[in-house]
Amino acid sequence: MKRFTRWRLSLLLVIMAFILSGCGEPYLSSLRPAGEVAKKQFHLMLLSTAIMVLVILVVTTLFVIVLIRFRRKDDRIPEQVEGSHKLEVIWTVIPIILILILALPTVKATLALGNMSGMEDEDAVVVNVRASLYWWEFEYPNEGIVTSQELVVPTDEKIFFNLTASDVKHSFWVPALGGTLDTNTDNVNTFWLQIDSDAAEEAGNLFYGKCAELCGPSHALMDSKVRAVSRDEYDRWIKGMKAAKEPQKPETALAKKGEEIFNEKGCISCHAVTSANSTIEAARIGPNLTDFGERAYVVGILQNNKEELKKWLKNPESVKPANKMTGTYEELTEEELDALAEYLLSLKVTE
Amino acid sequence: MNSYAQKRGFLATLWDYLTTVDHKKIAILYLVAGGFFFVLGGIEALLIRVQLAVPNNDFMSADMFNQVMTMHGTTMIFLAAMPLLFALMNAVLPLQIGARDVAFPFINALGFWLFLFGGIFLNLSWFLGGAPDAGWTSYASLSLASEGKRIDFYTLGLQISGFGTLMAGINFIVTIINMRTTGMTYMRMPMFTWTTFVACSLILFAFPPLTISIFFLIFDRLFGAQFFNVDMGGNTIIWEHLFWIFGHPEVYILVLPAFGIFSEVISTFSRKRLFGYASMVFATVLIGFLGFMVWAHHMFTTGLGPIANAIFAVATMAIAVPTGIKIFNWLLTMWGGSIKLTTPMLYAVAFIPSFVIGGVTGIMNAASVADYQYHDTYFVVGHFHYVILGGVVFAVLAGLHFYWPKMFGTMLNETLGKITFWLFLIGFHLTFFVQHFLGLMGMPRRTFTFLEGQGLETGNYISSIGSVLMAVASVILVINIIITSVKNKKVGNDPWGDGRTLEWSISSPPPYYNFKQLPLVRSIDAYWHEKMEGRKEMPPAEPLGDIHMPNPSFIPFMISFGLFIAAFGAMYRPDYSWGLPVLIGGLVITFGSMLVRSLKDDLGTYIKKEELDDDKGVKA
Ligand code: HEC
Ligand SMILES: [Cu+2]
Ligand SMILES: [Cu+2]
Repeated sequence: MKRFTRWRLSLLLVIMAFILSGCGEPYLSSLRPAGEVAKKQFHLMLLSTAIMVLVILVVTTLFVIVLIRFRRKDDRIPEQVEGSHKLEVIWTVIPIILILILALPTVKATLALGNMSGMEDEDAVVVNVRASLYWWEFEYPNEGIVTSQELVVPTDEKIFFNLTASDVKHSFWVPALGGTLDTNTDNVNTFWLQIDSDAAEEAGNLFYGKCAELCGPSHALMDSKVRAVSRDEYDRWIKGMKAAKEPQKPETALAKKGEEIFNEKGCISCHAVTSANSTIEAARIGPNLTDFGERAYVVGILQNNKEELKKWLKNPESVKPANKMTGTYEELTEEELDALAEYLLSLKVTE
Repeated sequence: MNSYAQKRGFLATLWDYLTTVDHKKIAILYLVAGGFFFVLGGIEALLIRVQLAVPNNDFMSADMFNQVMTMHGTTMIFLAAMPLLFALMNAVLPLQIGARDVAFPFINALGFWLFLFGGIFLNLSWFLGGAPDAGWTSYASLSLASEGKRIDFYTLGLQISGFGTLMAGINFIVTIINMRTTGMTYMRMPMFTWTTFVACSLILFAFPPLTISIFFLIFDRLFGAQFFNVDMGGNTIIWEHLFWIFGHPEVYILVLPAFGIFSEVISTFSRKRLFGYASMVFATVLIGFLGFMVWAHHMFTTGLGPIANAIFAVATMAIAVPTGIKIFNWLLTMWGGSIKLTTPMLYAVAFIPSFVIGGVTGIMNAASVADYQYHDTYFVVGHFHYVILGGVVFAVLAGLHFYWPKMFGTMLNETLGKITFWLFLIGFHLTFFVQHFLGLMGMPRRTFTFLEGQGLETGNYISSIGSVLMAVASVILVINIIITSVKNKKVGNDPWGDGRTLEWSISSPPPYYNFKQLPLVRSIDAYWHEKMEGRKEMPPAEPLGDIHMPNPSFIPFMISFGLFIAAFGAMYRPDYSWGLPVLIGGLVITFGSMLVRSLKDDLGTYIKKEELDDDKGVKA
C-alpha cells in the first residue's frame, strides 16, 4: 500500500514535470530552471503541486459522488447525523502527514538557500546589486568595477549577491535562475545564485530579470539582464573592464563628436564611462555606460541598435514613463543623436 | 410609531434611513453602499484586464494604471467585501440568536456612516488630483515617495472607515455574548453566528495594528514625522510587519463569515444538520488563532532570514489542517443528504472545489523557498483571487440569494440567478486559473503592461475574456434585482421550505422588533427541531409584554461627517491656511455630537403590549 502511494506520487511528479517544463521561455520562466537555486525551488514546486493535486483529486471525487448520488428525489427527511469521530480523526491526521512531507524539505531548502558560506573567500564572485527607479547597477567589490543593466557572471559557479535600493523598494528577480529577493532601502539582503552552462546555452546566454515589487509607473519595464558566460569569457570581460579606468578614445570622427556632446550636454554628470567604483553611490545617478556597446538591450527593454537607442535618447518618456532621465538635458537634434549613438555604441571593453 | 404604517414620501424614507438604528435597515444600507463599491471595483478590474489584454497596450497610461490597480484592491477589500458581509451579518445575525437588535444599535449606525464617509473620501481622490497609486498594501518607501495628495486620501479614508469596522466588530462580539435568547447556548449557535463571532474577534485584534501603521504614515506625510524615513533613522520594514499583522487576519475576517454562510446554505439544502458541528467550531477558532501567527509569509522575500522564513512556512502550512476539516465536514454534510441545487446551493457547491484550489496554492505559497518564485507575481494574484472570489464573493452571492427573501420579503428569480451563477463561475476560472501560470512564466504583478514575445500573450488574453463573462454575470444580477423588486411577490416565513434556524421562524421581512416574544431554543437548528416535532412556531421564552426599542438618531451621521470634514482639513493644512481651521471645525462637529449624545438622555421607546396584539398596526 505504502509502496503504491509512493509510486503513484512519483508518477504524478514525472507527469507534472513534463507538463510544466513546456511552459514559458527558457530565459524567463521559473518552470525552466537553469541553475541550482531555481532547481531546488522547482522541485519543491513539483512536490507541493503533486501533494495538492492529490488533495484536489480526493475532494473532487467525493464531490462528484455526492452530487450524483444525493440529489433530491423525494420529500424524505435524511437522517440527521451528528458527526463521526473516526472520520474526523482521519481527515485531521492525513493532512498533518501530508504537511510534514512538504514541511521537511521546505525547511531544509530554506536553510540551504540561506547558507552564504563562501562569500568571504577572496576569489568569490560577489555582486552588489543596487536598484534605482527604473534601472539596475551591478558593482563587483572584489574587482573594484561597476556596470549597469546587464550583469555578467560565470556559469557553474556560486555567485553571491548583496542587494539594496537607493530610492524606493524594488525586488531583484531572474525567474529562470531563482526566486526574488527584495532590495530594501533599510538594509542589505544577501543571497546566491548559480547557473548551469547547458541551460545558459539553451537560453542564448542571456537571462531576463524583472523588478517584482511595485515601485512606480515604470515598474513593469524595470527589466534587468544576466549574461551568463564561461569562466574564460568572464575573466576576459573583467580584464577589459578593469582596463577601462580612463575614458575610451573614440575612433571615428562622428563618435568623437558624440563624446563632446555627451560631455557638453551634461550626460556625463549622471553617466560614468569609466568602470571604477571609486565615486560614491549617491553620485552614480544613472547607469554606468562603460561597456554599453556590448549590451543586448537599452534600458533593459529596447534592442540595442542605433534606431532604438536614438528613440530612447530623443524621448525617454515615451519608452519608460516617469523615468529619471526625461527632461534633464536640452533637446537633441538629429545630428547630435547620430553622433551620440555612434559614440555610445562604440563603448566596448572586450574587443 | 404609527408613522410606520403610513405611506411615506421619498424625503421621509431618506430621513428614516439617515437616522435608523434598526439592524435590518442598516443591513440594507451596507448592502447598497457595498454593492455600489463592488460595481466600482469591478469596473476598475475590467479596465485592468482591458489594458492587459494585449502586450504593449496604451489603453491607459502607466500612472493611471497604478491608480486603477490600487483602487481596485483597496475598494474591493475595504469598501465592498467587508461591507457586504456586514450587510449579511446585520440582516441575519440578531435573528439567528433570537435578539431584537444588536447590543449597541447606535454604534451600529455609527459604524456604517464611518465606513461610508471613509469610502467616499477615498474615492473623491479621483476628482482631486489623482487616486492612491502605491498598491493596496501601500508599502512605506513608495507611499512616502508618492507626490501630491494621493496617498493621503488612502490613509485618511481608510482610517475613518477602519474606525467604523472596528466598532461594527466590537458590536457583534458583545451582541453574540450578551443577546442570545433563552436556550441559545454557545454550542447551539448557528455556524454563521460562530464564524461572525470569531471574525469579529479578529477585527478587534487586527485593526488596531492597521490603525497605528496608518497613523504613522499620516504623521510622516502630513505632520513631519519620520517613522518610515530611512535617512532620518526610520524603518520601512515596520510598515510591512504592521500591515501584514493586520493583512493576514483580514483574509480570515473575510473568509470565516463566508464559511458560515456556506455552512448554513449547505446544511439547509441538504436537509441535514451540519456534519461535525463541534469540530467545525473548533476549526473556526483554530483558524482564527493561527491567523495571527503567520503574517510573515507575506514577507518571505523581505529578507527576514532563513530561520524566520522556515518557522513561518511551517506555521502557515498548519492552517491547512483546520481548513481541511471544514471542507470534509461540508462534503459529509451533503453525503446522505437530500440535495436541492437552488442558486445559493450552486454557489456553495461550486465554492468547494474553487476554494480548494485557492487553499492548495496557499500551501504552495507557504513553502517559503518556492514562494521566492511566486512572490509578487501573477501566481499570487491567481491564488488570492481564488480565495477571495471563490470564497468570499461566492459566499456573498450565495448569501444574497439565500437571505434576499428574509431581507426584502420577495425571492430573486431562480432562472436568472442560475444564469448569473454559471457565467460567473466560468468567467472566474477563465480569468484566474491561467494567472498562476503567467506568474510562473515570469510575469510580476502590478505591471501596467507586458512586452511582446516573452510567452505571456495567450494567458493574458484568456484572462481578459474571463473577466468580461464575470461582468456580464454581474449585469444580469442587477437586472434580476430590478425585476424582482418591481414584481415584489411576497413570500412567507420560510420561503425555501427547509429553513433550520430562528430567522426562518418569523415573517419576511421581520417586524422591526423581530420577535413578538423571544423564542425558546431547545436544540441546535432550533426551528428545524420544532418543525420536526410538528410545531409551526417557536415556543416563547417570555410572556407577551412591552418591548423596549431604541430611538432613531441623526448623531451617528454627524459624528462621521465631522471626521470627513476634519480629514480634508488635515490633508490641505500643509498647503493652505484654511486647512487648520477646517481640521478643528470638523473635530468640533464630531466631538460636539458625541457630547450631545452623552449629555442628552435618550431612554428609547416602548411598544405597548396592546399594539403587539394588533399585529397589523406595527408591521414595518
Ligand atoms: C539626471 C541624470 C541623467 C542625465 C543628465 C542623463 N541620463 Fe541617461 N539615464 C539616466 C537614468 C536614471 C537612466 C536609466 C533609465 C531607466 O532605465 O529608467 C538613464 C539611461 C540611459 C541610457 C541607457 C543605459 C542602458 O544601459 O540601458 C543611455 C544610453 C543614456 N541614459 C544616455 C544618456 C545621454 C546620451 C544623456 C545626455 C544627453 C543622458 N543619458 C543624460 C539618467 C540621466
Ligand atoms: Cu518595480
Ligand atoms: Cu496571508
